[in-house]
Amino acid sequence: MSMGDLFDKFAPVIAMREGLLASGVTDPFGLVMEKVISPTVAVCNGRETILLGTYNYMGMTFDPDVIDAGKRALDDFGSGTTGSRVLNGTYAGHKAVEAALCEFYGMDHAMVFSTGYQANLGIISTIAGKGDYIVLDIDSHASIWDGCKMGDAEVVPFKHNDIEAMEKRLKRIPEGAGKLVVLEGVYSMMGDIAPLKEMIAIAKANGAMVLVDEAHSMGFIGPNGRGVAEDQGCLEDVDFVIGTFSKSVGTVGGFCVSNHPKFEIMRLVCRPYVFTASLPPSVVATAATSVRKLMHAGNKRAHLWENSRTLHAGLKAKGFQLGTETPQSAIISVIMPDLERGAAMWEALMHEGLYVNLARPPATPAGMTLLRCSLCAEHSAEQVQQIIGMFERAGRAAGILPQG
Amino acid sequence: MDRDAISQRIAELIAPFNKKGVAIADGTTFAGELEFDSLTVMDFVAAIEDEFDIIISMNQQAEIETYGQLVDAVVKLQG
Repeated sequence: MSMGDLFDKFAPVIAMREGLLASGVTDPFGLVMEKVISPTVAVCNGRETILLGTYNYMGMTFDPDVIDAGKRALDDFGSGTTGSRVLNGTYAGHKAVEAALCEFYGMDHAMVFSTGYQANLGIISTIAGKGDYIVLDIDSHASIWDGCKMGDAEVVPFKHNDIEAMEKRLKRIPEGAGKLVVLEGVYSMMGDIAPLKEMIAIAKANGAMVLVDEAHSMGFIGPNGRGVAEDQGCLEDVDFVIGTFSKSVGTVGGFCVSNHPKFEIMRLVCRPYVFTASLPPSVVATAATSVRKLMHAGNKRAHLWENSRTLHAGLKAKGFQLGTETPQSAIISVIMPDLERGAAMWEALMHEGLYVNLARPPATPAGMTLLRCSLCAEHSAEQVQQIIGMFERAGRAAGILPQG
Repeated sequence: MDRDAISQRIAELIAPFNKKGVAIADGTTFAGELEFDSLTVMDFVAAIEDEFDIIISMNQQAEIETYGQLVDAVVKLQG
């Protein structure tokens, strides 16, 4: 009998990875961007590549005002805070970005975390405690699941976007128990949106508080880019909006905004907020500038929607199977028959000069392999047409589409 | 419902998920013998919850490995 060790539990993942690489495909999880030219173009493996898997929805990463703000903060405040938000890690810039978020969402309180992952981890694990119930969509992001796991509440999942399944579970919760319903505006694997208006009405009727993760909608869904809840006219019924700076805002960081009158106490009781260093001054300066610019980005929003509709219609017409019947967000998911052919298609796209995300179980629902495309407001109409052509050629080369 | 009646009803609910026709006894394991993956577990738990009008939270599911343990849990949750 051979002696194993603590790594034995990773054997299935190691085998999956070895199997994939044995097929001769380039490692899709080992990509290096050698040079980044713009929000939509980078150099990968020496080749100029169109980026279609970055979540850089509003293309703010190279915005001149954003860059200037970051450089100035770097000069004026240094490279890092070296401290927790509740000790030496709150600078003027941290308060300024929280003020910008309050204005952006029209809410009373904003709390900035070092990443979006930590925002979900911190808020969920802290507000739902022992004896409370968290009712959540089964397709929730890993950060939501990890927040549930870190806390002491009872965790009750329901089938994806199934209003009736959610309601049944809410009604079965013992009387007197605290209830938190956790939803997402856009589900990032398939790019579909949630029927928030109906779900939130039911959550409220059953005495639950509601948390909505709007990571993938901020900046372009809703009249003011506040997300799916704003778009469906139910933002005022959301108790906690979770968001991120690492998508539309174009840097890194996470946040929670809320109108709860006692919200500020979270700064003292939320461990993933307290026991970590705060964001560097340059990051909060770029975030604040970007958030303020996103308040007036109506034209960019309109162009991003055009891009999303064009790509969806184009890929559908070429014969690809997509995650949604109609374009619902800036994510268009292309369903692959299996991981091996998904990786082959991913590599064929890289050869064409196109980067998309290869997503595989357990991150994906129903064990699917997906090529996830996220569009940017800075993709030109010509780039989108180029992308459709690349998909068609790669699809034939990889045997996803019938030979032409 | 007494334990026998609950056990019989759960056995009926397992049938559509029991693709290999494994014989069900109190000691039968879901992950090992029935080879339930996480997706199957989700659908199966939802079916049990709806049938008995109960919640089996993820926390409780973590304690249930065998058919007998599930029957006991449902008996208890039914009160």
